[in-house]
Amino acid sequence: MFAFEAATPASSAYFGKELASLLFPGAVIGLIGPLGAGKTFLVRAVAERLGIADPRMVSSPTFVLIHEYPTAPTIYHFDAYRLRSSTEFADLGVREYFEGNGICLIEWADRVADVLPDELLRITIQPTAIESRRFLVEGVGSKYVQLEGKLAARLSPV
Amino acid sequence: MSVYFLGIETSCDETAAAVFTDELQILSNVVASQTELHSRFGGVVPEVAARAHLQRLLPVIDESLKHAGITLQQIGCIAVLNSPGLVGALLIGVSAAKMLAVALDVPLVNANHIEAHVFACRLAAQRDIFPCVGLVISGGHTSLFECQSPLEFKLLGATIDDAAGEAFDKVASILGLGFPGGPAVEREARKGDAKAFSFPRSFYKDERLDFSFSGLKTAVLYTAFGQDMSQRRHTLSEKMRADLAASFQQAVVDVLVRKSLQALEQTGLSRLAVGGGVAANRCLRAALERAASEHHFELILAPLSYCTDNAAMAAMAVEKWRRQMWAPGDLDAVPAYQPSQM
Repeated sequence: MFAFEAATPASSAYFGKELASLLFPGAVIGLIGPLGAGKTFLVRAVAERLGIADPRMVSSPTFVLIHEYPTAPTIYHFDAYRLRSSTEFADLGVREYFEGNGICLIEWADRVADVLPDELLRITIQPTAIESRRFLVEGVGSKYVQLEGKLAARLSPV
Repeated sequence: MSVYFLGIETSCDETAAAVFTDELQILSNVVASQTELHSRFGGVVPEVAARAHLQRLLPVIDESLKHAGITLQQIGCIAVLNSPGLVGALLIGVSAAKMLAVALDVPLVNANHIEAHVFACRLAAQRDIFPCVGLVISGGHTSLFECQSPLEFKLLGATIDDAAGEAFDKVASILGLGFPGGPAVEREARKGDAKAFSFPRSFYKDERLDFSFSGLKTAVLYTAFGQDMSQRRHTLSEKMRADLAASFQQAVVDVLVRKSLQALEQTGLSRLAVGGGVAANRCLRAALERAASEHHFELILAPLSYCTDNAAMAAMAVEKWRRQMWAPGDLDAVPAYQPSQM
């Protein structure tokens, strides 16, 4: 696990874009953090880097539960906030998405941890002040440990 | 003789069916969560799984036919809302609609769920409301449209993060007010001072017609509990909670009214149609009514029974039926919103 400190929203967006540039088709990323932490903000930064025509298309999927964005690869943006159990999440047919060739980003991943794939990248966002955030990045499984390492190298000051 | 339509809606949580005529008379409007069917077939909203829709859809259709006092064989057209929404949920409605159309040998027409929320105002008005500016505000959507006709919707702007209804729910959760958040915040706001806190009103001075409610939600959070996230759990005084609710609600209402006025001005239209669950908020309804009389535009608010998700608004499909714009036999569920243009 490593931590990245973002002092400003621009720095948080930079984190998201660097992350996006290392993602591979089929990647699953669990996002964890309280209300207002910037989970949707991070997904928007990833989508921008992956070529979304209009970043305004990225919005919170809390109600609709899954958003799909025309990026390369396709981003599937999940949100477990209003579900009461991980079974409800599984019942949405999420497994098929996880096994596909898109990129899955799951908000409130901690609430549905037991139905997420065994291997994934876990990103915990901690608000440290109104505009600053700490990103804790942890790869689970060899592919994701490698991803974690690459991202850490990319973000560390030379 | 009237042609009877069966409308079907399964885009997210609600399983709904309605019977209406080609003259846009609504004969029945059945929503699973609002009937005893709901207790009979189990579950509390949200029950989003496709399986839940599958279980409820046929009983809901039966109920809608029964309420309308007609039989399935009298149905002359099937109307389905096939976009946007959750793909698995939409597919249940779309598959049922296709099957019924084939079995009854009647045409199938489709319509868009968000646009249908605007059309709910047409049902209420019982007369033509086009052209108009359409504002759809719900848990999942906050969108402004220029609607030249029932079949020409141009998206003017939408939320770039949280929908208005979602902001109500999340602020209700921050303030410990329970679910559903809309009515809970509205109740609490009545006891509070809307001017107690000055919350951000995103894009208020911009020409753009987009919305952003995420920063507002976060501002309520920080005002309630401070920046120090570790000490978040101290309790709020009653006055503080009511003032926060009132000031938050005022910020949402101000933005919605302001953007509606800007949309009217930018399009040169003089009629505003408002639908979706948040349109049930009384503070918003009052503010829109004041704005309408001050700025001389015609306001049409969806009646409360058509604000939340329902299948009566699938009556929008009657407009396509009139033009014989049948849905293809391989009609699919389309999860992402694509505006319809003729």
